[in-house]
Amino acid sequence: MALKKIYLDNNATTPCDPRVVETMVPYFFEHHGNAASRSHPFGWEAEEAVDYAREQVANLIYADSKEIIFTSGATEADNLALKGAYEMYRRKGNHIITLTTEHKAVIDTCHKLEKQGAEITFLDVERDGLVDLKKLEAAIKPNTIMISVMWANNETGVIQPMKGIGEICKKHGVLFFSDGTQAVGKIPTNPRELGIHLMAFSAHKMYGPKGVGALYVSRKNPRVKVTAQVDGGGHERGMRSGTLNVPGIVGFGKAAEIAKKEMAQDAERLSGLRDKLEKGLCQLEETYINGNVDHRMPHVANISFKHVEGEGLMMTFNQEIALSSGSACTSASLEPSYVLIALGLGDDLAHSSLRFSLGRFSTEEEVDYTIEAISKGVNHMRDLSPIWEMFKEGVDLTKIEWSEH
Amino acid sequence: MAYSNKVLEHFKNPRNVGTLDKGAKNVGTGLVGAPECGDVMRLQIEVDADTGLIQDAKFKTFGCGSAIASSSLATEWLKGKTVDEALEIDNMDIVEELALPPVKIHCSVLAEDAIKDAIKDYRQKNGIESKAEAAA
Repeated sequence: MALKKIYLDNNATTPCDPRVVETMVPYFFEHHGNAASRSHPFGWEAEEAVDYAREQVANLIYADSKEIIFTSGATEADNLALKGAYEMYRRKGNHIITLTTEHKAVIDTCHKLEKQGAEITFLDVERDGLVDLKKLEAAIKPNTIMISVMWANNETGVIQPMKGIGEICKKHGVLFFSDGTQAVGKIPTNPRELGIHLMAFSAHKMYGPKGVGALYVSRKNPRVKVTAQVDGGGHERGMRSGTLNVPGIVGFGKAAEIAKKEMAQDAERLSGLRDKLEKGLCQLEETYINGNVDHRMPHVANISFKHVEGEGLMMTFNQEIALSSGSACTSASLEPSYVLIALGLGDDLAHSSLRFSLGRFSTEEEVDYTIEAISKGVNHMRDLSPIWEMFKEGVDLTKIEWSEH
Repeated sequence: MAYSNKVLEHFKNPRNVGTLDKGAKNVGTGLVGAPECGDVMRLQIEVDADTGLIQDAKFKTFGCGSAIASSSLATEWLKGKTVDEALEIDNMDIVEELALPPVKIHCSVLAEDAIKDAIKDYRQKNGIESKAEAAA
């Protein structure tokens, strides 16, 4: 069966929905104004378009439009939330708690803050990827100002107990920041209801354009402020200067509107396809699903194929099927996924993992083809694998003295 | 990262995949790398006792495409060589032949190590000292 290329890497980025593209186009030439130009119709049109999009984005997360700060993406929003809140509230304390499975945009920002005097606790997660609420609460100290926990993990799709974390934060008077990049637009996300004060998210993970994201900043109960990290013309209520990316924001708004309308049906269809994919692939021996399967994004599957190296496996099908491997063999250090390692997987299983992330445009035909192609690839790699052979012969692989290199 | 056509060719049609009888006296087995590093290579040579030539070579590799291609190429090169000639195979020859990028050079190093390890095993089994050891 000859197919077009199959895209199962929607956690990396999603295609921009054609309905979104269509909405954006007029804002490149016809309505090209600067939303901050108050003195002529070009500026007014742009401002109006941004206001409308801000409503659409706010509406998706059940927030007030004044609580949306547009940024260049989720990474910038993560930086603004962590650095901005640290700067704003450091007089109250310097301790931040986060997880070892967070995205690099959070982890590296926390490391940067450490150099500036912050004390960061990187909390381990349980084997299923979930944070233990008791351990989280126990990590709170008198100088804790913020807890930063991502809503859904990008590699495993595991959804953290946001409600419980929100309650802990409320009880201890600690700010709650969440990187919601993988969750917003895919599952219902209502930060106010769950006690989240700051939340970062991005357009291009929900079928919008790249280069635009937002930070939700709670305006009442409590009113949260963050110190600007980009200074200039005082845009975005002084929290993020810089001429607004009007076409991007218009696209973000449309993507948010569509997401809100179609989220439930997309989720239902994709979880069906995901389950079919997992069931099909788990027919192979020694195949393991990573992460909690009951608290997980509907479109994500992370699977380890024992004794097969992920990057090599990908080469058997990556001309046709796009997805991600937990094995980062592209660097000299050969580091496997730190997220899977944090789940307690051995380096070998982490190297043997693939992440499938389905999306709005994935079809059942594609899933069927993927099951077939990957099963073939796994068998090919196992025929080539000396450790698979030893495993089949009953050799205890842990007893072998491997030569580290 | 894009792989060279030669790597892709060896990856899709690996040469000399298999297992020789590691108990046989004229078979040398090399096993290098570690699963947690993402690479394990097993390379075996079978030496003709009369001619001293490597008459067969087999491999199995757990690893990325470059690691598989490096070991596949190594088995091709080993056949028909004497053990001493085989020791002269340099990892940079593999890098050049397969056009490996810098981040994949370790794959060729591993293949060279596997060759040396297999020869060492063969020599130990047959009570042959290497030239270096004999000179020392």
